[in-house]
Amino acid sequence: MKDQLEAIQKEALEKVTQAANLKELQDIRVSYLGKKGSITKVLKGMGKLSSEERPIIGQMANAVRDAITTSIEEKATSLEQAALEKRLEEESIDVTLPGRPVNIGGPHLLTSIVEEIEDLFIGMGYEVKEGPEVETDYFNFEALNLPKNHPARDMQDSFYITNELLLRTHTSPVQARTMQEYEGNQPVKMICPGKVYRRDTDDATHSHQFTQIEGLYVDKNVRMSDLKGTLDKFAKKMFGEERKIRLRPSFFPFTEPSVEMDISCKVCHGEGCSVCKGTGWIEILGGGMVHPKVLSMAGYDPKVYSGFAFGMGPERIAMLKYGVSDIRGFYTNDVRFLKQYHKA
Amino acid sequence: MLVSFNWLKNYVDLGDITPEELAEKITKSGIEVEGVEYFAEESTNVVVGYVVSCEKHPNADKLNLCQVDVGDETLQIVCGAPNVAEGQKVAVAKPGAKLPGGFKIKKVKLRGIESNGMICSLQELGVDEKYIPTDITDGIFVFPEDAVVGESVVSLLNLNDAILDLDVLANRADALSMLGVAYDVAAILNKEVNLPEEEYSTSEGKTEDYIAIEVEAPELNPYYGAFIIQDVEIKPSPLWMRNYLMAVGVRPINNVVDITNYVLMEYGQPLHAFDYDRFSSEKIVVRRANEGETMVTLDDQERTLTTEQLLITNGKVPTALAGVMGGANTEVTSETKNVLLEAAYFDGGSVRKTVKATGLRSESSTRFEKGVDPNRVKKAGMRASYLLQKYANGKVLSGVVEFDELDKSEKVVTMETSAINAKLGTEITSEEIVNILNRLQFPFTQDGEAFTIQVPTRRGDVTIFEDMLEEVARIYGYDKLPYTLPEGSNQAGRLTEKQLLKRKVKQYMQSAGLSEILTYSLTNEKNINRLVSPEISKQNPTPINLAMPMSEDHKYLRLSMLPEMLGTLTYNLARNQSNLAYYEMGSVFISNEQKISKQPKELLRIAGAITGKWLEQSWQQEEKEVDFFVVKGILEGLSDYLKVSISFHQAKVDNMHPGRTAVVKIQDKTIGFVGQLHPSLQKELDLKDTYVFDLNLEEILDAYDGEPSFEEISKYPSVARDIAFILDNDVLAGDVKTVIEEVGAPLVKQVSIFDVYEGENVPDGKKSVAYSLLYQDPHKTLLDDEVEASFEKIVEAVNNKFNSYIRS
Repeated sequence: MKDQLEAIQKEALEKVTQAANLKELQDIRVSYLGKKGSITKVLKGMGKLSSEERPIIGQMANAVRDAITTSIEEKATSLEQAALEKRLEEESIDVTLPGRPVNIGGPHLLTSIVEEIEDLFIGMGYEVKEGPEVETDYFNFEALNLPKNHPARDMQDSFYITNELLLRTHTSPVQARTMQEYEGNQPVKMICPGKVYRRDTDDATHSHQFTQIEGLYVDKNVRMSDLKGTLDKFAKKMFGEERKIRLRPSFFPFTEPSVEMDISCKVCHGEGCSVCKGTGWIEILGGGMVHPKVLSMAGYDPKVYSGFAFGMGPERIAMLKYGVSDIRGFYTNDVRFLKQYHKA
Repeated sequence: MLVSFNWLKNYVDLGDITPEELAEKITKSGIEVEGVEYFAEESTNVVVGYVVSCEKHPNADKLNLCQVDVGDETLQIVCGAPNVAEGQKVAVAKPGAKLPGGFKIKKVKLRGIESNGMICSLQELGVDEKYIPTDITDGIFVFPEDAVVGESVVSLLNLNDAILDLDVLANRADALSMLGVAYDVAAILNKEVNLPEEEYSTSEGKTEDYIAIEVEAPELNPYYGAFIIQDVEIKPSPLWMRNYLMAVGVRPINNVVDITNYVLMEYGQPLHAFDYDRFSSEKIVVRRANEGETMVTLDDQERTLTTEQLLITNGKVPTALAGVMGGANTEVTSETKNVLLEAAYFDGGSVRKTVKATGLRSESSTRFEKGVDPNRVKKAGMRASYLLQKYANGKVLSGVVEFDELDKSEKVVTMETSAINAKLGTEITSEEIVNILNRLQFPFTQDGEAFTIQVPTRRGDVTIFEDMLEEVARIYGYDKLPYTLPEGSNQAGRLTEKQLLKRKVKQYMQSAGLSEILTYSLTNEKNINRLVSPEISKQNPTPINLAMPMSEDHKYLRLSMLPEMLGTLTYNLARNQSNLAYYEMGSVFISNEQKISKQPKELLRIAGAITGKWLEQSWQQEEKEVDFFVVKGILEGLSDYLKVSISFHQAKVDNMHPGRTAVVKIQDKTIGFVGQLHPSLQKELDLKDTYVFDLNLEEILDAYDGEPSFEEISKYPSVARDIAFILDNDVLAGDVKTVIEEVGAPLVKQVSIFDVYEGENVPDGKKSVAYSLLYQDPHKTLLDDEVEASFEKIVEAVNNKFNSYIRS
């Protein structure tokens, strides 16, 4: 029997070595180790053995079975590995083929600019206020020290709906409304972005509809130097730390003193070039110290409170920052134009 | 306002400063100089020459052969100008001369005769034709007799002048005059102002014997001064005056007209010269026009007037539209002998109304509108009288006939050094303020830190402390203000929840593949009622139109963003951009008033339009055109993102595909619609299949609940069951889903439709819809029996309600 077992082991191991796939291996397992397998048959004949021989043969049969089992397992592992490698080989792809497109849209350039400016002022403690686009003559003009027949009303010819209602010509009425809301007894620190409308014929630099962002800060002891410092901070964050600002006297009915702010030209840094028309400076925004009449009309005592206000046009900023040459481009919505500014 | 640099030198010593440097200083201290231009390009070697003789060219009819003395020699010059003549003094470009446009003068032969130079017209010397007196636009320029032969013409003709273009804003009416600019420049440069000569000698006659004044509307005309200058000699004004007028863009006409224009520019005070004899009355009556009254103005236009407009009349007929334009009937002509000169103060508001009504805006009306200096009105009349005496040989009658109720008092403003520093954030000393006030030539008294300032009336804009603050700051220099940040309010800046949500909705739309666009709020008549969402059109809103639109395209305030958005699609499709997905967030304007009197409701909405391929063809990927369910999926995604549940209901909407449109509701409230455009609208707009949506964003944001509620995630396993019903074609899959959800509650957690099939194995007129049900009990493991029982109940309920059966 001993010889028999040895022969079985030899034969089995040989077959395992030669097995080409898992199916053959499984057959081998059944034919040697299964219920009707060769080893089982041998063990069934053990009853004829003497009690001295029985444990020896039994032990030997177990050893043979273990050897075959181990060999099958090892072979299985190696066959599986080979199969996996073969599959991976087959599954290999051309990574240079294009990816499946994910269509994402993007914001309008003006929205990006407005949000950038909003975030910048939010960082300085401002809140964002909104107001109606159809305004009353009172809030659009009178509350801002522009009484009827004031010559400065010419500066912004308006789209009237009735004698008392018009499309707002600036977002300043939101400032007047906010001051009224705060009832003259708490600081106001706000910016107000929005659409505004003026009687302009649309051309490369004029649009009957455009965007404005205005800011207002009213508190006790607000100084003109605070306006200068705030605008300087804004300009550096928005346009680059190397940019300088320059304030010039100007005129707005709702501020006194009034200023116009220029930033140094990014191309020539103040030397003068074609971009800045030789001046070295580019006009960015207007502002000033809130006129005492505007304060008092909104319920703030100009003897106690003072403030500054400023306003800018995101279209102009976009044109300067990104070289957009025609303001109509913002409203034509040519998809090729829009996509240029879709970026994170 | 155009300012001639050379003219300005008459009032302020400009030293060595260049026009560009001066422009920079003026800009920095108050008035923006928009540009510096030179009156003419450079010319060299052009001198005054004397035409010794002038004969016909022997070989050419239209040419003349001139011998011209240019001082050091006599040149033979062939000249084609029709007006050249012996005895004239003319501008001669000598051989070697350079003219504007890079034109060089050489000795040449013209029709066989040698020509050694050129006799020049003003155009050839670089003067813009529109400023050249009309009688010499076709010929050479002839100098007055006193011109010195051989002298360079450059300074004689003021060709080297620099013109500063000042952008004078509404407050600085004073800078609409050479004198006003001179005061500002003197303050900037710390120099004196040399005032012009106004003293004239009077003749024997008295003005009051020739004219009287009656002002019926003193509120519109508080001052009227009349001067009479007799025996004037109408001729060209002196060369220097013509030069200055041309430099600032005024075309010279004759000495009388030029002098009134010159003083207008110099003093900022409009004057008007009537032909006294044509005035044919000894009384000036200033009154409001009668309703419907007409007059013919200088430009030969008949004007119909209203009572808002002020007239100068001779007691019978109108002779001038006050402050705006004179009448043709009393115009000064070459025949004029006696001049009636008006120096008046007209109310800005009234002039403004006249300008608006007539569309006549002139250098005069602009100045009245902005306000002239009350103390310079009479002086301007005197200055003009002086000039008329000197340059028109006129006799000025003695005395000025005046109507005078004009307030000429000076405003008094007080300020303290400490208050100035507190408002500016500076540390300016009282000594510096004294210096600034002196430079501004503002008289003041000082008591330590306290200043009391008498503001000259030329600066009508300075009336309160803040105005003085600006004066001090601008002369001190905005450049010198320190940079500080506010020391007050420490509020935390932030967006409101609604503002944040608006940003999130935009981001969602973008990540869903839609790009943001911005369209105009104003639209045209055709678009105003198009694609208005049903819940809005149901209210019958009044279209809001502008009182005076600039174009038919931008006349009405939109009721929907879609029509303009579709215009954008058409625009892009025409440029071969065929796959487009857009959204816009913005307001529509709704009023229910028959006649608008209150602000309309501005409703925040979000609208979108998609056309073309939603999935583009790629390797191993099939392309897919956009369809209803793409757009619906985007809106469902938004609803999921905001946790605001919305529902879709088949509906008919004008201009939409009748079978592919749904209204969108939050609970029972319609908030918008979604679907395909009607094919006939698509055809009209040159669009391919286009799907749109338009939702009331305010309703969505109002329904948003910011606090997510916590729900324990069940530990127990869920059980999935699928079922397919054979339904009649007109049964809505969503209705069946609703029944499943209702009957299956609470164990059925989720129902989804995973297949819809028509065709083989499904009878005609029917469809198979497959649902996947997810069962789960939060508190225990579900038993098979429970699921089975629920499932049977659902099947029975659906089959009963929809007459359906299970697909086997």
